[in-house]
Amino acid sequence: MLAGVPLLSLAIWLPIIGGVAVLFAGARENQNAVRWTALIFAVVTFIFTIPLFTDFDRSSYSMQFVENVPWITPFNINYHLGVDGISVPLILLTSLMTVLVIIAGWEVIQYKLAQYMAAFLIMEGLMIGVFCALDAILFYVFWEGMLIPMFLIIGMWGGPRRVYATIKFFLYTFLGSVFLLVAILYLRIQTGSFNILEYYDASIGLTAQILIFFAFLIAFAVKVPMWPVHTWLPDAHVEAPTGGSVILAAIMLKMGAYGFVRYTLPIVPDASHSLDWLIITLSLVAVVYIAMVALVQEDLKKLVAYSSISHMGFVTLGFFIVFSIFDTTGNTDDAALGVEGALVQMISHGFVSGALFLCVGVIYDRMHTRQIGDYGGVVNTMPVFASLMVIFALANVGLPGTSGFVGEFMVILGSFKANFWFGLLAATSLILGAAYTLWMIKRVVFGKVANDNVAALTDLNRRETLVLGTLIGLVLVVGLWPAPLIDIMQASVQHLLEEVVKSKI
Amino acid sequence: MDLGFELPNFMTALPEIFVLVMACVVLIVDLYLTDQRRTITYHLSLATLTGAALLTVLTSGGGAALTFSDTFINDNMARVLKLFIYLITAVVFVYSRDYLVERQLFKGEYFVLGLFGVLGMMVMVSAHSFLTVYLGLELLSLCLYAMVALQRDSVNASEAAMKYFVLGALSSGILLYGMSMFYGATGTLDLSALRGAIAGSSHNLVLVFGVAFIIVGLAFKLGAVPFHMWIPDVYHGAPTSVTLYISTVPKIAAFAMTIRLLADGMQGLHDQWQHMLVILAVLSMIIGNIVAIAQSNIKRMLAYSTIAHVGFLLLGVLTGTGEGYAASMFYVIVYALMSMGGFGMIILLSRAGFEADRLEDFKGLNQRSPWFAAMMLILMFSMAGVPPTVGFYAKLSVLKAVIDVHMVWIAVIAVIMSVIGAYYYLRVIKLMYFDAAEDSTPLQASADMRLVMSANGLAILLLGILPGPLMGVCAVALGAGH
Repeated sequence: MLAGVPLLSLAIWLPIIGGVAVLFAGARENQNAVRWTALIFAVVTFIFTIPLFTDFDRSSYSMQFVENVPWITPFNINYHLGVDGISVPLILLTSLMTVLVIIAGWEVIQYKLAQYMAAFLIMEGLMIGVFCALDAILFYVFWEGMLIPMFLIIGMWGGPRRVYATIKFFLYTFLGSVFLLVAILYLRIQTGSFNILEYYDASIGLTAQILIFFAFLIAFAVKVPMWPVHTWLPDAHVEAPTGGSVILAAIMLKMGAYGFVRYTLPIVPDASHSLDWLIITLSLVAVVYIAMVALVQEDLKKLVAYSSISHMGFVTLGFFIVFSIFDTTGNTDDAALGVEGALVQMISHGFVSGALFLCVGVIYDRMHTRQIGDYGGVVNTMPVFASLMVIFALANVGLPGTSGFVGEFMVILGSFKANFWFGLLAATSLILGAAYTLWMIKRVVFGKVANDNVAALTDLNRRETLVLGTLIGLVLVVGLWPAPLIDIMQASVQHLLEEVVKSKI
Repeated sequence: MDLGFELPNFMTALPEIFVLVMACVVLIVDLYLTDQRRTITYHLSLATLTGAALLTVLTSGGGAALTFSDTFINDNMARVLKLFIYLITAVVFVYSRDYLVERQLFKGEYFVLGLFGVLGMMVMVSAHSFLTVYLGLELLSLCLYAMVALQRDSVNASEAAMKYFVLGALSSGILLYGMSMFYGATGTLDLSALRGAIAGSSHNLVLVFGVAFIIVGLAFKLGAVPFHMWIPDVYHGAPTSVTLYISTVPKIAAFAMTIRLLADGMQGLHDQWQHMLVILAVLSMIIGNIVAIAQSNIKRMLAYSTIAHVGFLLLGVLTGTGEGYAASMFYVIVYALMSMGGFGMIILLSRAGFEADRLEDFKGLNQRSPWFAAMMLILMFSMAGVPPTVGFYAKLSVLKAVIDVHMVWIAVIAVIMSVIGAYYYLRVIKLMYFDAAEDSTPLQASADMRLVMSANGLAILLLGILPGPLMGVCAVALGAGH
């Protein structure tokens, strides 16, 4: 029924057109029209992305729902879209989180509501574009274009230091990304085209591979973010409005990791193999050291931000241990464990960190402070909220039964197969993660009511319950039954690993 | 009857003849007009540009045509660049009208000088001989010096005009000296004959010196470091409508002059002038971007950003390949459109007695006028080179040309400088969107100004979504055959 309908183009352009429509609706000062227009466009986009999951052919690793038309003919740049098992879950994550963010900002945003909603919708279209672009320049256009709405979101609706945070965010990620552009142009000389699929088949010498690897590394490491280029993230998260933090954590960070798995690993596998120790080291530093940094935070959002960086360390670890696993065991099935674990962790982290930021947003809207010291005993006045927040916190820790467990467990298993010490260090994250998360929960949620402000809190309203309830459902479903998620990515991951372990020199 | 000389084919130069005639007509008609009826001059000038555009399109059949003893050429590059010159000059006139009226500068001289400047640019663009290049250059330059000085009660403008005149005369002299060295070494002023003569001879020291002097002259006109000193002062001191004119169209003509001299004439000496252009380009990108950060006056900031853009422009030229020249042509056209929009926005925010040329004047524009704040947003991101605006594709083209000749280190410097440069563009956006408005008076601009400004901003965005056609035109004009 849906054959011939350009689903990917719809998923990209419908939110962008919706954003423009919202801007025009906002010109007439009717806030309700703005909200409902935005919500309708977001929900319709989400509905259009569902067939990507249901109608996906799980046995095939090749790109599906492909659209390829010439775009900039003088340079042979095509408007080339397509998805495989790795992109589909990310696209669904994007469309779903945008719906939730729009609902979350319903009454909270009073200033320039139309521009707020439009920015998120346009950003949704651009982010979906990143995940399904198969032409390197098209990918780059979406990758960079997405910085514009995020820059405006943090700067217009953010906290006191928002200007510093947003300019830092923009310049830091822009600097990383321009090296990606140089690498793409350099790859074009080596291969003669901008088509990513042709890059996979190209043979490139080792020196060229190492240069391209570092150029990609700069771009993706800043986005993930990896230690030591992570310093933009705590500022951006803390100063962004709730919706901005959610999209930043849930989706933008995944784009960096997606870049590793779509570009670095398949295009320059030899360089990745010889430099895997570098990425593994940086990932383990992120997992262990950043977790310790999270332990000493006094600001709720900063704590969750550092927790995000720590969890993304797992993701990059899972991607780069494949070489060690393959060297020790010789088959790609065990290596697949690491990669699939990382991909599941990406989706789970999207839900969990998004949910944690929404929880912080809920209590911030009531208390107007993010300092842990100002809280205590929230459970007494907001029991429903407290139970949801505790479940999200336990998912953040990686409790079995929640989605956080699945990804982390697979990556740790894979790390043990690669090298005992990798596994040991990765597993310490479970302890540290539990430490900072549960201590935060203890200080904020549990205990006696700390002060009059906490005593005056009201529990979740229906809108907030809807948003958080949806996320709880997803966290539990993926935690208890991750098979559909792992199924869809299996063929693509197997193919990726076959490409990765082949030498391209 | 044998006249003793051949009559040139005037049809090839029909647009130029038309503009010359119409400029004289406008001059004379304006003498008989009172100030209230000055809009006739304005409309006549716009009609001149439209007519010239029509004639250019009508004479565009066939390939390159030479006339006036092979000193004048009408090829694809000339036609395309002339069409953009007409378009941008017309928009400059539209933007300038209210500004000039409010400051009692709405005199016929502005339009007459503008049209003669256009004529000079057309001659530069169609030059096929050293003499024609110089002729067009001087015609353009003298008009520009006079236009800068038009606001005779302004101390800043007079100072800017003096600086421009003295430095411009000096650099024209240096350019002429370089040309004379070439004449001395090769015996010809014709660019095709020159090309042949250089290809034949070995690398003659006289030719190298000649190239150096010519590049000095070109660098001054373009505004490349270290010959850029006049740009901030002239852009700042001149009335904004004149700055609008200076920063947009003469750059196209300067680019054309560069291509005619270096690519058409001196391609054989490419190794020599490539090194010189590398130095100019790298220094321009570095200094232009870094010094712009320190500016508090937006006209000076845009002036330094111009210097940085010229650096990028030279990247395409220095490659010496047809692809590089086409990339630079695309860049200069895109730059002219962006610069037109940037200075146009300053004019939009200005009103009688108030020049909106400080950065603070843009504060809170999102609250005063969200639509024009969005237009400025598009222009600023385009200048920074952020997709999906057309400025990104301009940078992509030159970077691609540079990387294709394996000069990757220059591309790396270029991208790092463009990130540094992004800061001052972000600062303007920050002022518009993140700061509260200090001055809440509504924008006073006429309907046609608002319409054209909106079209300008939207064009930058639409060309960013579909840059292919314009890039294709540039590739056809310059790609093959070099």
